Amino acid sequence: MNQSAFLSVSGLSKSFGVVRALSDVTLDFRAGEVLALVGENGAGKSTLMRLIEGVFAPDTGEIRVDGIVVAFPGPRGAHDKGIRVIHQEPEIVPHMTVGENIYIGHLPKHAGVLLDARQLSRQTARLLADFGMERDLSPDQKCEGLGPAQRQMIEIMRAVHAGGRLVAFDEPTSSLTDEEARRLFTVIRRLRAEGVAVVYISHRLPEIIELADRIAILRDGSLVDVSPAAGASEDSITRKMVGRDLSEMFPIKDPHSSKVVLRVEGMTTDHVTDISFDLRAGEVLGIGGLMGAGRSELAKGLFGFHRRRSGRITLDGVDLPSGDTAAAILAGLGFAPEDRKEEALLLMQSILDNAVLCIPDKVTRGGLFSKGLALGVIGDIARQLAIKAPTLDTPVGRLSGGNQQKVVLARWLARQPKVLILDEPTRGIDVGAKSEIYALIRNLTRAGLGLIVISSEMPELIGLSDRVIVMAGGRITAEFGAEDMTEDRILRAAMPQTAKASLPTEGAA
Amino acid sequence: MNQTVTKTGVSSATLKGLVDHIGLHNLSLMIALIALFVIFGTIRSDVFFSSRNLLNIGLGVAILGVLAISQTTVIVSGGLDISVGSIVGLTTVATAMTIQGTESAGLGLAAGIALGAAAGLMNGLLITYGRINAVIVTLGTMAIFRGFAFILSDGQSISIFDNTFRWIGVGRVFGLPVPIWVLIFVAIAFWVFLHRSIPGRNLYAIGGNPVVARLSGMNLNAYRVSVYVLSGAVAGIAGILLAARTGSGQPISGSQGLELEAITAAFLGGCAMQGGKGTVIGALLGVAIIGVLNNGMILTAVPTFYQMLAKGTLLILAVLLAEYRLNRS
Repeated sequence: MNQSAFLSVSGLSKSFGVVRALSDVTLDFRAGEVLALVGENGAGKSTLMRLIEGVFAPDTGEIRVDGIVVAFPGPRGAHDKGIRVIHQEPEIVPHMTVGENIYIGHLPKHAGVLLDARQLSRQTARLLADFGMERDLSPDQKCEGLGPAQRQMIEIMRAVHAGGRLVAFDEPTSSLTDEEARRLFTVIRRLRAEGVAVVYISHRLPEIIELADRIAILRDGSLVDVSPAAGASEDSITRKMVGRDLSEMFPIKDPHSSKVVLRVEGMTTDHVTDISFDLRAGEVLGIGGLMGAGRSELAKGLFGFHRRRSGRITLDGVDLPSGDTAAAILAGLGFAPEDRKEEALLLMQSILDNAVLCIPDKVTRGGLFSKGLALGVIGDIARQLAIKAPTLDTPVGRLSGGNQQKVVLARWLARQPKVLILDEPTRGIDVGAKSEIYALIRNLTRAGLGLIVISSEMPELIGLSDRVIVMAGGRITAEFGAEDMTEDRILRAAMPQTAKASLPTEGAA
Repeated sequence: MNQTVTKTGVSSATLKGLVDHIGLHNLSLMIALIALFVIFGTIRSDVFFSSRNLLNIGLGVAILGVLAISQTTVIVSGGLDISVGSIVGLTTVATAMTIQGTESAGLGLAAGIALGAAAGLMNGLLITYGRINAVIVTLGTMAIFRGFAFILSDGQSISIFDNTFRWIGVGRVFGLPVPIWVLIFVAIAFWVFLHRSIPGRNLYAIGGNPVVARLSGMNLNAYRVSVYVLSGAVAGIAGILLAARTGSGQPISGSQGLELEAITAAFLGGCAMQGGKGTVIGALLGVAIIGVLNNGMILTAVPTFYQMLAKGTLLILAVLLAEYRLNRS
C-alpha cells in the first residue's frame, strides 16, 4: 500500500495578512493510498489544497513531485503534473453531453476539425463501464438536470482520463445521499487500486475511518498528527482536532421556573398554521422538523417579519402587533436567523456597526451616535463571547462562521431580550465554537431568558432542549418532554402526513 | 485575526494608520484631483490657478455638490434618483413665479423647497408602495417634472428682480460666495446625519441588506419614502441656488444633465450600485473632480460635444471602478 510518495510537501507555510493559515506542514501523498485530511473549519485544509493545486504560492517550504521540486505558475501547471482537485460544485456545461463534458479539451476529431461523435461515445462508454458507472450516466445524454452525484462523477472521469496521478476530494459527500456516497467510495477504492494518490477531505468521521489508509489532522494551520486509519476512532480524531476532550459538549440542563414568558395562541401566517405553545423563563424549547417544515417561518411569524392572519402572541404580558419587528424587539424578543450572511449580517460593515443595530438608545448621546458608548457596551460583550478579530472595526465579512455567529449573538445580548430565538445557531460552525455557544445558551437560561432553538442536528436538539416541539407541513405535530424525546420519535413526528402511513412500525429504522 | 479583541479604534500615527483613517479610496480620489490640477495648471498656467478661476470652479460645483450629497444618501439606502435635474428646473420656475406674484423672497424659498419635497414624496410613494423599480419611477417623473416646468412657465424664462433673493446667488460672506456657504452647510448637515445620527446610520443597513434591516426592527417603507422626500427637498435648494445665480426661472437651461453629474460624483465618491456604501467626503471629492474637469476642458477649449463624451465615459468608469472594488473585497 504505502509505496513511494508521488507528491510531498515540506515546511510549507502560508499567511494571508496577519492570519497564518498554514505553518510548517510536512506531508507525503503516496501513490495507491487514500489520505484523509481532517480539521475544524479554518484549520488549513483548503489552504493546503490550494497550494498543491497551484492557486497560491507558498510563503516558505517546497513541493516535490516524484522527488523533484516544482513551482506551479497556476492551476494549469499542477494539472499538467496530474494533480486534480474535485470541487464540491464542478463546472459542467449543461447543454453538452456527458462524453463531451468528460473529454472537453481532448475531443476525438476527424481530420483534426470535425468532432468524431461515434469515437467519443465509444471511449466514454468504455471509461464509464471501467468504473462501474454505466448505469448512472450514459455517454450521449445531455448534462442538464444531472444531480450533484452525477456531476461529481463527470469531474472524476475528467481527472482520470487525463492521467490524474493525485485526485483530491473536497467534502465530496456533503451533497450526496448515502447510496450515492457508497458508490463514490467504490470509485475512490478503484482509483487507489490504479495507483492514484487520493486526498480525501471531509467532516464525516465515520466515512473517513472506513475509507482512508492514513489520517492527517490539522489544527490552527499546523499538522498535529498523521497516523494509520486502522485503530483510529471518532473520539480520538475529534480530540486531536479540537485539542481537548469534548465529552462535556452539552451543559447540564437546569430546572427552570414555571413563569410563562411567551404565549402563542393559534398563530397563522401565510406559511404556518394554528401554532400554539408556551415558553417559560429559563427554558430551552427546541423546534425539530425536516427542511421546509416551517420552523424558520414560525420564528419569522413570531418576530413580526411575516404578517399574522390570526392568533395572538403575548410576551411577558405585552401583546405583540402583527408584522411589526420593531414592536417585537421593544417588547423583548430577539431573533438570530439561520442564514447569517443573507439575513443577519451586513458583511461590508464592522463588528461594532453590526452589533449596535438593535440598541440605538444605548449608543447615542444627545441624539448622536457615540462610538465611545458603543465600544463600552459591545467591547464587554465581545470579550465575554471571545470574538476573535484584530479590532471591533474589522468587517464581519472577514470573520469565520463561528465568529460571525458570535457577532449576531452580541447584537442580541446587548439588547438584553427576554426571549431569544436561535435558528440553526451552529450551522457551519466548527466544534470549538459550537461548544462555546452551547455553554452560552445555558448561561442565558440561568439568567432567566426563554430560548427557542431551531435545529436540524438531532444530538444538538436533544442535548440542549428541555422540551421539543416538532413541525411538519407548517403545523406542530408533536411535543416531547425531556424524558420521552428520542431521535426516533422526533423523526417520526417530522415526517409529512402522507409519508407516515407507509412507515414501518416503531423501532425498525 | 488570531488574537481576541483587546484594543479598538484607530492605531498609532503610522502612515498606514493615516491611510486607514482617510480611506484608500478617498486617498486615490485626492491623488486624481491633484493630477488634474497639475495637468490643467500646466497647460493653462496663465489662468488656471488665478483666484478668480478657482472661485469659478467653486461656484460651478456648489449646485452639483448639494445634489451629489443627497444622491449619495439615496444610493446608500439602495435607491437611485434620476429625476433631480428636472426637479431643479421645476423649482427654479416655481420660485421665480412665486417671487413675481408675491414679491416675497421668503415665500419664493419656501415654495422651491416645498415643491421639491412634494416631487420627492411622489417618487418615494411610487417606489415604496407602488413597488416599481426606482430607476423606472424617476425616469418617468424626470419627464413629468420637466413637463410641468414647461407648462408652468409656458416655455419662457421668468426673470427675478428681487435683490434679497439674488444675493443668495451672487452675494459673498467673508469673501466666499453664498452658494459655497450653502454647500458647506449642507455637507456638514448630511455628514452629521449619515455618519452620526441613528436614522442616517440605519440607511446603510437598509441599503446593505433590507432583510437584516427589517429583522433589526427598521421600518423600511418610512425610511425609503423619507429618503426621496429629502432628495427632492435638496433638489429644491439646488433650484433656488440656480434661480438666484441666473436671476431667472428656466424650465431646462442650467438644470439639464445635473442628474448625470450628481450620480457620477456619487459613484466616484465610493457608492456601490446595490447600496450600503458611500460617504459625504467621497461625494465632495467626486464633485471636485468633475468641477475641475469641466473647468479645465473649457479652458483648454475642448469642444462641447467631446465634453459630453467625457462626462458619459466618466460615469461608466466610476461604476466599473465601484464594482471592481466590491468584487475584490
